[in-house]
Amino acid sequence: MKRIQRTSKTRDFHQAKWNEPIIFELHQPGEKGVELPPVNEEIASVVGDGTSAIPAAMQRKSKPNLPEIGQARVLRHYLRLSQETLGSDFNVEIGQGTCTMKYIPRINELLIRDPKMMELHPLQSEDTVQGMLEIFYKLDLCMREISGMDYFSFQPSSGTQALFAMASIVRKYHEQKDEGDQRDEIITTIFSHPSQAATAAVKGYKIITLHPDENGFPDIEKLKAAVSERTAGFVVANPEDTGIFNPKIKEFTDIVHQAGGLCFYDQANANGLLGITRAKEAGFDMCFFNLHKTFAAPHMCGGPATGALGVTAALKEFLPAPIVKYQEGKYSLQHDLEHSIGKVRSFHGVAQTVLRAYAWIRALGAGGLKEVAKTAVLNNNYMYHKVLAIRGAGAPYVKGHRLEQVRYSWEQLTKETGVTTEDIQLRMTDFGLHYWTSHHPYIVKQPFTLEPTESYSKEDLDEYINALEQISKEAYENPDIVKSAPHNSTIHKMDEQDYLDHPEKWCITWRTYLKKTEAYKLVK
Amino acid sequence: MSQKVHPYIPNMVPEVQAEMLKVIGAESIMELYSGIPEELQLKEDLKLPPALTEYELRRHIEGILNKNTSAKEYLNFLGAGCWQHFIPAVCDEINQRSEFLTAYAGEPYEDHGRFQALYEYQSLLAELVDMDVVNVPTFDWGQAAATSIRMAARITGRKKVLLAKTVAPERSKIIINYGTPELEFEFVQFDTKSGAMDLEDLQEKLSEDVAALYFENPSYLGFIEAQGTEISNLLKENETLMVVGVDPISLGVLAPPSHYGADIVCGDLQPLGMHMNYSGGQAGFIASHNDVKVVSEYPSRLFGIVPTVKEGEYGFGDVAYERTSFAQRENGKESVGTQTALWGITAGVYLALLGPNGMKEVGQTIMQNSQYAAQELNQIAGVTGSRLHSSFFKEFIVDFNETGYSVEQINQRLLEKKIFGGKDLSLEFPEFGQSALFCVTEVHTKEDIDHLVQAIKDILA
Repeated sequence: MKRIQRTSKTRDFHQAKWNEPIIFELHQPGEKGVELPPVNEEIASVVGDGTSAIPAAMQRKSKPNLPEIGQARVLRHYLRLSQETLGSDFNVEIGQGTCTMKYIPRINELLIRDPKMMELHPLQSEDTVQGMLEIFYKLDLCMREISGMDYFSFQPSSGTQALFAMASIVRKYHEQKDEGDQRDEIITTIFSHPSQAATAAVKGYKIITLHPDENGFPDIEKLKAAVSERTAGFVVANPEDTGIFNPKIKEFTDIVHQAGGLCFYDQANANGLLGITRAKEAGFDMCFFNLHKTFAAPHMCGGPATGALGVTAALKEFLPAPIVKYQEGKYSLQHDLEHSIGKVRSFHGVAQTVLRAYAWIRALGAGGLKEVAKTAVLNNNYMYHKVLAIRGAGAPYVKGHRLEQVRYSWEQLTKETGVTTEDIQLRMTDFGLHYWTSHHPYIVKQPFTLEPTESYSKEDLDEYINALEQISKEAYENPDIVKSAPHNSTIHKMDEQDYLDHPEKWCITWRTYLKKTEAYKLVK
Repeated sequence: MSQKVHPYIPNMVPEVQAEMLKVIGAESIMELYSGIPEELQLKEDLKLPPALTEYELRRHIEGILNKNTSAKEYLNFLGAGCWQHFIPAVCDEINQRSEFLTAYAGEPYEDHGRFQALYEYQSLLAELVDMDVVNVPTFDWGQAAATSIRMAARITGRKKVLLAKTVAPERSKIIINYGTPELEFEFVQFDTKSGAMDLEDLQEKLSEDVAALYFENPSYLGFIEAQGTEISNLLKENETLMVVGVDPISLGVLAPPSHYGADIVCGDLQPLGMHMNYSGGQAGFIASHNDVKVVSEYPSRLFGIVPTVKEGEYGFGDVAYERTSFAQRENGKESVGTQTALWGITAGVYLALLGPNGMKEVGQTIMQNSQYAAQELNQIAGVTGSRLHSSFFKEFIVDFNETGYSVEQINQRLLEKKIFGGKDLSLEFPEFGQSALFCVTEVHTKEDIDHLVQAIKDILA
């Protein structure tokens, strides 16, 4: 036997490439993907064809122009597309900083597929969903302990929707005090998620955005200058995208409270803080956790998800209804919340994700949660030291330790080589690794944001670091290989700007594509 | 204190931690938290129940779930925004795939498959609604309707919105919450005999500041609104946009709203392959014509097809990304973020499996079953099978006013007979008194329906 040498520090990777057609191109008249439950003959003899009852004007005249494809071919097509997708199960997904890509425990996926979970209707009588309500309630209790808040709603179905719900509560709260019109400003920071500003604007607020001081901290003097009798609320993440914890946060919330505003805490990502510090002690009136981030529910290509929204007792009556309560051994839904903002989502939210988060917390316990936070911070600081040692990489602002993530910069590398963070993003694909730059606007020049969470081993971290090192080396020695990346992807480079930004060229559906390329006659 | 290494946390291994701390130049992990002021650091451990091993966890959770009774064990006639339908096994197979389950924000080059699957979803749903633009899914029908309405307000530059009084009250709450304070809402009355929109009332309420009218078809109350074209004509005179909410599983047999003048169409994808999941299966969609004025107002991601430098390859990316709050923060169109992408992929799989014939067949079977159920219920003394005389799709109002029983009492007795009765409408629509909204779909057999009818007969006997 010959000794097989595996000495490369980076992975010799190639993404799957199936060159799949668009599903409409699989159309074969007469094929069938699935058999439906048949109508009973007796029923048909009593009621006829059923559809003649539809008023003529409301009858569909021709069948929808969908393809006809046999079952195995549909399955194969989608399996191939799945293989051409780099889920976080497959890559060391450190590169999606702020989003807390962590291990998705398979036991949780098994549990949510229990028919006693999957086949529940949200309007079933409370007696028949005691188990479901118990899970909602027990997760609520865990969340209260983790945050110091007093009540949780799991109705918001993402961080963005939780932020929207919080902005709605802020509005309702000030309206109750007859200050709804006067208080028309919400203050946020530039290193917070864009949804903070966007959802507050949907709720009719003017947005004041604070920029950091020279050390990367939200500037307290700027906050003092911003608050007034027009301040409705202050929304912030801490740490922000930089991984820098604002030590004056209690002073911030005090200043806002003194001005009469509410403080709400974006804890979408609380991964470095579990069991370490809480919303309550920092003076917040509300917070939310993304169960699909910190609490290990999967991201599912972008939802469904949950933004678990917690409030202090003073704001309980403003929560979207219903919430779950427990009395005399029975769980029930409480609909009568006096100042409720109404609803942000139908029924109860994404129950599977509630179950997943509860299961995850139970798998870890208090000690385990703290280990999650500590290990996430350890992993991040290890990476931080290693990445700063890479030629051309840096991280602006305060020196010293960071919490669970860091916003880095390739500013120096770009200056010296012309290679940009976007180029590096595409080159990372060649190593089977995802890499995200940052939200816009790029306050940090040539940014990238890494968050190694607790899920990755030192070896995983080293693999990611090695890839960055390799690319830095390439940028200085052979920048073309980076600029022409990706080389090992499913597809070659796209002509994006032209075909995605011009109305006469964009095709948001296949039928539009066929019309614009004069071939709309597939299924007739 | 030495602690057991948790299977989810590989770097709890003490030797590895020591090595990493050495690289960092720190003595302990807690030293890394020096940026958090002492007074904000918790002094005690969180009070949480003890950790469970995987086996214990499974026993624990299954023990709790066993307290539930599912719609698989009892006969279910509840709908009202979440519906029990047949789900092809391939739908579950695809949405359980590790790649799709755990993907998130990958770039088009590493997540080509995710982009293509969502592009295909957009394209398949576009055929069902017969329109050229469909978004990457939103949260649910209510939020999709809210955004459709806000889009209409931005397009027209008007602030007033009319909602049909028959819109699902839960959805109205979401719509109004998303629209307030910017928009002003008013309800259009309906004929309590047929459910149809009161066109006189509509005409009276239409004015040049009305951005949009929103109604649902089939409606929340199940009936089919037949006046689509008449409504559209009235709106056009006033340059008011028509926004219609729709149950997509009806569109194999019902005309899509684009055929009677809708400008924006929205609805819920849950019927197309999602389990009910105690409401975790909801997902909203928005569709429109390919008018740049409308496309520019979508807050959602819209995937488009792009050539690559190699002939024969499809590429995909974000169309007009600069619209979004990702790009523009508070100056973007509303907000975008994690919504329900996996359900979009699943709905695409469902439509690909059913095809044009399957969509027609499922719509037809639903209508036959629901009509049969209404007819049979109607034969019970004191019960009116369908309170509204309009035709209906899968839901219909059963009127119990003459029975002397409240819906609550009947549903309680039905529960004893292992049946989930229809949704009690007495609070939401008091004009119907003791009436309930029953939902019958393709999953119900003749025996199921006969069993329901017999059970109600027995209760009333």
